[in-house]
Amino acid sequence: MNIKEVLTAEENEKLFMLGNEAAVRGALEAGVGLASTYPGTPSSEIGDTLSKIAKDAGLYFEFSANEKVALEVAAAAAASGLRSFTFMKHVGMNVAADSFMSLAYTGVKGGMVILSADDPSIFSSQNEQDNRHYARIANVPMLEPSNPQEIKDLMKYGFELSEKFETPVLMRTTTRVSHMRGVVEVGNLDGSRGEKKGFFRRDPKRFVPVPAAAVEMHKTLVEKMEKISEIANKSPLNRIFDRNGKVGVVTSGSAFNYVMDAVEENDLDVNVLKLTISYPFPEGLVLKFVENLESLVVVEEVDPVMEKEVLAVLGKHGLKKQVHGKLDGTFPTIYEYSPDIILEGLSKALNKNLKQRKVSKTEIPIPARPPTFCPGCPHRATYYSVKRAIENLGLEDIVHPSDIGCYTLGVAAPYNAADYLLSMGSSVGTSCGFSKATDQRIVSFIGDSTFFHAGIPPLLNAVHNKNRFVLVILDNRTTAMTGGQPNPGIPVDGMGDKAPEISIEDIVRGTGVKFLKIIDPLFMKKSQETIEEAIKYDGVAVLISRSPCMLIKSKEQKKRDVYSLKVIEEKCKNCEKCLELACPAISSHNGSISIDQMLCRKCNVCLQVCPERAIGVKTALRNQ
Amino acid sequence: MESYNIYISGVGGQGIIKTSIVIGEAAMKSGLNVVMSEIHGMSQRGGVVSTELKLGDVKSPIIEEGTADMLLAFEPLEALRAVPKISEDASIVVNTYPTYPFNIKESSVPYPDISVIVDELKSKSAQVFAFDAEKFAKDAGHILSLNMVMLGGAVAVPGFPLDKKVVLESMKNNLPEKSLEINMKAFEEGFRSSKKIQVD
Repeated sequence: MNIKEVLTAEENEKLFMLGNEAAVRGALEAGVGLASTYPGTPSSEIGDTLSKIAKDAGLYFEFSANEKVALEVAAAAAASGLRSFTFMKHVGMNVAADSFMSLAYTGVKGGMVILSADDPSIFSSQNEQDNRHYARIANVPMLEPSNPQEIKDLMKYGFELSEKFETPVLMRTTTRVSHMRGVVEVGNLDGSRGEKKGFFRRDPKRFVPVPAAAVEMHKTLVEKMEKISEIANKSPLNRIFDRNGKVGVVTSGSAFNYVMDAVEENDLDVNVLKLTISYPFPEGLVLKFVENLESLVVVEEVDPVMEKEVLAVLGKHGLKKQVHGKLDGTFPTIYEYSPDIILEGLSKALNKNLKQRKVSKTEIPIPARPPTFCPGCPHRATYYSVKRAIENLGLEDIVHPSDIGCYTLGVAAPYNAADYLLSMGSSVGTSCGFSKATDQRIVSFIGDSTFFHAGIPPLLNAVHNKNRFVLVILDNRTTAMTGGQPNPGIPVDGMGDKAPEISIEDIVRGTGVKFLKIIDPLFMKKSQETIEEAIKYDGVAVLISRSPCMLIKSKEQKKRDVYSLKVIEEKCKNCEKCLELACPAISSHNGSISIDQMLCRKCNVCLQVCPERAIGVKTALRNQ
Repeated sequence: MESYNIYISGVGGQGIIKTSIVIGEAAMKSGLNVVMSEIHGMSQRGGVVSTELKLGDVKSPIIEEGTADMLLAFEPLEALRAVPKISEDASIVVNTYPTYPFNIKESSVPYPDISVIVDELKSKSAQVFAFDAEKFAKDAGHILSLNMVMLGGAVAVPGFPLDKKVVLESMKNNLPEKSLEINMKAFEEGFRSSKKIQVD
């Protein structure tokens, strides 16, 4: 599929779509006027797709500085009558939460959908929090799609629901739904002729939650949700699959897929209730569902959210039925589910063995394959120089607060350059804390995009409160971990237009930092000297380590394609200094060191590290 | 409710997701239902990458242990790691050219000999199609066409549910035009290799 087909495909056409692409098509069919995000796995491809088609679709899209800003941009658009869409990874909701809570009170005019992409099993995150809780904290409706077709359809439904009740609607996907591909039959784009410019009519009682207004807003919100719960009880989106069972399964999202496959493949007499509008919890529907059942099984990822709701409904109505789920140990309480976990859980709940398949195992021990920095990644060079600088100064017990990005991979040996991490921007805030709480030296790391996202207020804090630490801003000119989206430091915006490039050094100087130097980490001797100088500085020292991500195809990169790096065997004494870089392109087999020509990006760092000058430059043909 | 389950594994940067999309779209164009799961995020960084495809009338793309009909392994060690996924009747197409984990020197577990891996795969499945896909890709004109060598190798396997013609169409729809010729050549190299192994 060409990505443009997300926009050009005509009604009833079938596309093999990623869940995240289907979200974009759904937004287009709903006539979205504005969309915003901060990139985060597993939601990133929504933004990647939008940035490629926004202009042709005639809507506004931006990569915002962080999720809170993204939500605020979309909230204002919705208050002005536009349909707006904001999306983020699960932990991004924490950043946006402050405004999100108030937004539930003020409500919207134009429809607004907020998509939270959760990451059960923590494929690419710092936790696996279950954002269905956010619907409950804020008291807004929650939609849970199970596949790309449902994501697309629910986008449109979500906007309609949001507009009808003037409330934002939260959609929760998980990695397995966002990153699932499936056949999607697209709808018509009539809605895309919707408004692209709104008008904000002032209404302070409605939009300014000062205490006197907020108490009224909360009342209105509760009334809205009571009405929406009638919809949750009646909507065909909350569907009962009646198979004449005495056991009933309540499920949602990705877990629904596993349950239905297991039920159909094993021809089980089990009724299934699929909840797509999972909050407000459809009490009436659940009562109807349990009527002729002897017991219930609740199958959900990650927390026992619906299970507790089911227990509450049964308790409230004095119904005694056994409920299997996480709370009684039938299903695991952490991590994502799989078809195998579902079969095991259903086996326990139904008291029969559904898992009789033979599974092959191998006795051969398999070495792990941990992820690492790409060959040529400038972070490797920065970490190497920082470590050498620390060694050279004879310092011990250095603390390395780190942050969220590719560079967090520095936690592994041989870099060992990440000691403490909480969230986006926490490197700077926690450096302040370590600086006050200990007498240890601190060298912390943050990426360019992460610095813009949440690194600036703690840097002000550091200067004002007279801290001492070194902050290394790893400026690789992109948001690399999520696939290379622009950030405020890049002269391009989400629409693909030229945009003002925000200078990191201007910001740093503006915060009052007196020691600021810029290094190119690929020039290692100079880098190490400057790092040593920074460590010696008594105060907040900032180093900008600037070198573009090797995944960015640049003219510089093309120039490097005419030569290659080779180990000169006569000179190599096998000291293995180059192996300390842990570059995937350099390996040692049977006592000889070689450079893999397919992987090497010619950053020339190994060449500078080799004490024997045994790595040479050779002009060579490409791709050989 | 029968589905044909394909588990694809290898290392970041080998073009595994693109290959899976080509297969998925070809399945859709053949009138089959198809679902696929992929893991992104750390994949650029030399870690393990895998995708799972189910062709048929099912809802979940995740392959239950012991039920993959085909294992398409872009890297020998990753073939071994995927063994619990395959059924006893599975066909395995495996690239024999290894990509060593970056820390293999410090690893307490050595990288097994390729012949040991291939023998193990043979003992766990119905048939194994093992060849050096890296070499074929270079012969075709570009190392990055390795994924299409693997795809060709898969399509030639007896029982593979998609027609070669539909797969070639899907390649045209999903690969950049300028590299199509090399990719087609690479596909044919892989296709011939599997056919030849089958005849032998």
